[in-house]
Amino acid sequence: MQTDSGVHVSSYGFSFLIFAVLLVLTGVTVGVAYVDLGWINTPLALLIAGVKAGVVLAYFMHLKWSTNLTVLVAIIGLLWFIILVAFTVADYMSRVPVQGWLG
Amino acid sequence: MHAADAQLDHHFDDIHQQREAAGLGMWLFLAQEVMFFGGLFGAYTIYRLLDYAAFQEASHHLDVTIGAVNTAVLIGSSLTMALAVRAGQLGNNRGVSIFVLLTMLLGAVFLGVKGIEYSDKWHHGLIPGLHFTAETVAGRGVELFFVFYFVMTGMHALHMVIGVGLMLWVLRMAAQKRFTPERHAWVENLGLYWHFVDIVWIFLFPLLYLIGRH
Repeated sequence: MQTDSGVHVSSYGFSFLIFAVLLVLTGVTVGVAYVDLGWINTPLALLIAGVKAGVVLAYFMHLKWSTNLTVLVAIIGLLWFIILVAFTVADYMSRVPVQGWLG
Repeated sequence: MHAADAQLDHHFDDIHQQREAAGLGMWLFLAQEVMFFGGLFGAYTIYRLLDYAAFQEASHHLDVTIGAVNTAVLIGSSLTMALAVRAGQLGNNRGVSIFVLLTMLLGAVFLGVKGIEYSDKWHHGLIPGLHFTAETVAGRGVELFFVFYFVMTGMHALHMVIGVGLMLWVLRMAAQKRFTPERHAWVENLGLYWHFVDIVWIFLFPLLYLIGRH
């Protein structure tokens, strides 16, 4: 529903539904961690965490009902994070191993 | 003067612009918070890739059940926070107080459990630098994992403590009946902050507790 001042307000039922979805996904991520899927385990855990984060962002943090400008700022945050991690990892992983790097 | 006009600061055109500006400022703050935690997640990623065996061994020192239950507690606190924001949007100051108090309670439970986990790590000699006496197979990478564990969960916990502190302020505002359907940016932005801290944990939980459990 919307208030007179144009704010989107989620109902109790909807908020509890989002809560339940997040709990189920937490259970799923614990469950699949104990199944040997080889290299897929880690990407799958990150995918589930990403879906949970997306649910929180969209519904608890109201991005679904926010203006495009606010959504853009959120996306920029994600984009800079990807640049930070991807470029640093690419740097480290493309170096020649140095003896004793872990001390 | 119209009732809504009293809620509007003179440098804004209307109530929508005022609310939009408050929310946008908070989102910009959260974007730089992403970069703050991003450095930790990035460093974690590199050392995990360099020494997976050690990270896997170290992760098995953490209790998945406690971690999962604490995740549920934190998600529950996000629910009560969302309901506090809802009450704020409707100008229901009593509702804000009740749900913010519940959020503080769940936050305190999370931090208490974290404290139990930390003391457990001490008893098992898993405190890097200070008290690392645990037998390891994979070498010093295990100790390095616990550096990440304590810095990342510690920074997360610090954010929660700050959040609980801000909640005291919001409780005071609610007691003064400051929240109206036109003006409730404080509780709304507190909600954004709390949900962001929840998201950080959503990633920390699998990355720290669930490495190579099969």
